[in-house]
Amino acid sequence: MNGSLTFDIAHMLAGGLVLVSFMLLYQDRLYALLNVYALHALVLSLSVAWQAHIQGAPHLYVTAAIALVFKAIVIPMALHRIVRRLGIHRDIEAVVGVGRTMLAGMGLVALSMVVMLRATPEADPLARADLAFALSVVLLGLLVMVTRRNAVSQVVGFMALENGLVLAATGARGMPLVVEISVAFSILIAFIVIGIFLFRIRERFDTVDIGALDQFRGERR
Amino acid sequence: MIALPFAPQTAVLVVPVVAAAVLAALPGYRLTARINVLASLLTLLAALSLFVTERPPAGSYLFIDDLNIVFIVLNTFVGFTASVFSASYIGHELHTGRLTAANLRFYHAMYQIMLFGMNLALVANNIGLMWVAVELATLTTVVMVGIYRTHEALEAAWKYFILGSVGIALALFGTILVYMAAQPEVVGEGYDAMVWTLLVERAATFDPALLNLAFVFLLLGYGTKVGLAPLHAWLPDAHAEGPTPISAVLSGLLLNVALYVVLRFKILLAASPEAIAPGPLMVTMGLASLIFAAFMLYRRRDIKRLFAYSSIEHMGIIVFAFGMGGPLANFAGLLHMVMHSLTKSAIFYAVGHIAQVKGTQAIADIRGLTETHPVLGWGFLVGAVAIAGLPPLGIFMSEFLLVSSTFSTEPLLAVALVFGLLVALGAIFLRTTAIAFGEPTGSTAPVEASYVPMFAHLALVLVAGLYLPPPLVGWFQHVAGLLG
Repeated sequence: MNGSLTFDIAHMLAGGLVLVSFMLLYQDRLYALLNVYALHALVLSLSVAWQAHIQGAPHLYVTAAIALVFKAIVIPMALHRIVRRLGIHRDIEAVVGVGRTMLAGMGLVALSMVVMLRATPEADPLARADLAFALSVVLLGLLVMVTRRNAVSQVVGFMALENGLVLAATGARGMPLVVEISVAFSILIAFIVIGIFLFRIRERFDTVDIGALDQFRGERR
Repeated sequence: MIALPFAPQTAVLVVPVVAAAVLAALPGYRLTARINVLASLLTLLAALSLFVTERPPAGSYLFIDDLNIVFIVLNTFVGFTASVFSASYIGHELHTGRLTAANLRFYHAMYQIMLFGMNLALVANNIGLMWVAVELATLTTVVMVGIYRTHEALEAAWKYFILGSVGIALALFGTILVYMAAQPEVVGEGYDAMVWTLLVERAATFDPALLNLAFVFLLLGYGTKVGLAPLHAWLPDAHAEGPTPISAVLSGLLLNVALYVVLRFKILLAASPEAIAPGPLMVTMGLASLIFAAFMLYRRRDIKRLFAYSSIEHMGIIVFAFGMGGPLANFAGLLHMVMHSLTKSAIFYAVGHIAQVKGTQAIADIRGLTETHPVLGWGFLVGAVAIAGLPPLGIFMSEFLLVSSTFSTEPLLAVALVFGLLVALGAIFLRTTAIAFGEPTGSTAPVEASYVPMFAHLALVLVAGLYLPPPLVGWFQHVAGLLG
């Protein structure tokens, strides 16, 4: 296969991941958010599989398979169940100003492009683009986490962030421990999901009501 | 040099793992608490034997050098004394029904896994392995913080979990960037490009722009674990709501382990001449943490939260010291780190018993402690005097060294530093005198406490304030030189 086509496909998949990250930003229903996240994981798995193919690194297929089975299927289904059990499936989440969030997202993507492309003038162009996209996905995941109040959507933000890290790790040619790291992250996520389920954490505990805050912190007098 | 039948750096890892497996299987808290103490003691002995045995050459996963020995010995020592304290503390918790026997099994197993994770992070020679180890140590402390299952404890654990995960994610991105900076042409693909000793040897040829970016991510990521402002939000909750032995271990050890990782990357950056100087970044974050925490101390009404903020303050001082760099400031930073670990854990040992006997953590409800419980009260007061940085205790010495070295290089920064120190001193003084003196309140029942760990730590801090043995000074000077 000729070099520019492999490059274009890798580029398209990584760019697609950034696009799906944007879609996460404006979902106001939990089910829709979970579905978009499943799509996010699917795109990641395709991207990792493509990297495994062009780098000739068969172990990366394991990471791709984890992304596909665990992140795109098992976790969204488990979260669907939790959302139903907790009775928050009808909730419409007031996402703080969709317009502003999208603008902030664009700012973050521009920032990561400027930072990464300037920092890596000599690196391999594919790795450069991948890193820039990965940083965008990481920052957009963080943005999802800070703009949401619900524990489930925060976890979705964290998982999107983590997908960005996996993208970065697979883009770094020949990086060791990628599979181990993706397994470690999957365990971490499983822990979080079990945590939500067992302890029925519905809300992030931060609240604008200072009285409630002081009570939580045991500092009310 | 003595030849031992086992390699000590392996023993500090194997002992906790085996102990965790045994503790998870055994019922009965008296026995398991003793095994926990014994295992921690064995780990401490293994760590001490690192001084006398011959060092193996750096492997691709583990290595020992003059820097991490200091951390390992401190880590295992506080781990051991905290296990002694934990044995008496836990008995009371079981008695009052706050914890069940099943909880305790879990607690002891997790305690050893946490020690394993921290020791692994300290001996790791691979930046990927280091990251995994810090993650492991964090996860175990998260479940321990939430062990009481109260609303507040779960909130604290959740907050710690989410913030810790974000920190760890940023740190991983930084780690990947370091790998990229050590591009294949320089070190070669695969495992070698993540081995710290190889990275440092060849750091001069790395891509400086990528390395700079990597350090920013690493400082933010691991800085969350160190508890630097503005990434500190998890720390007070985790300290206040978890069992007190865990508060002691968090303040005394986990923060140091994260700091150690930051220092490793600082050395890496220093070895690359074209990269930015990491110092100013660390100085800024350190100073911000110090001043922020110093003011926050005044508003605290919960005794464990008070000392949690004091940990943020002291980690700020230590990061400031290492950021200033140079032999004297690094020496002060190392000394301060050791003194802070010993003092802060001693304070938490006292606070744990105080909160148990008085049945509350609210400062307003604890009065006249030196009258109702003289030994505990005076021990606590000595710890508070030490942490406030008054002479003749060890922390005064390290703060004095730091202030004087800063005055000679950057007088303006020294003024800010002294200001922060004085503000914090005032807050600690105000709160602790109220606790120690005044009209006694609350229960006067005798407390079943083991005072040995607390007084052992305080004695070490006092001795260090009066006289530092020359071999120790020589060792610290050598390590301070390594840190650049």
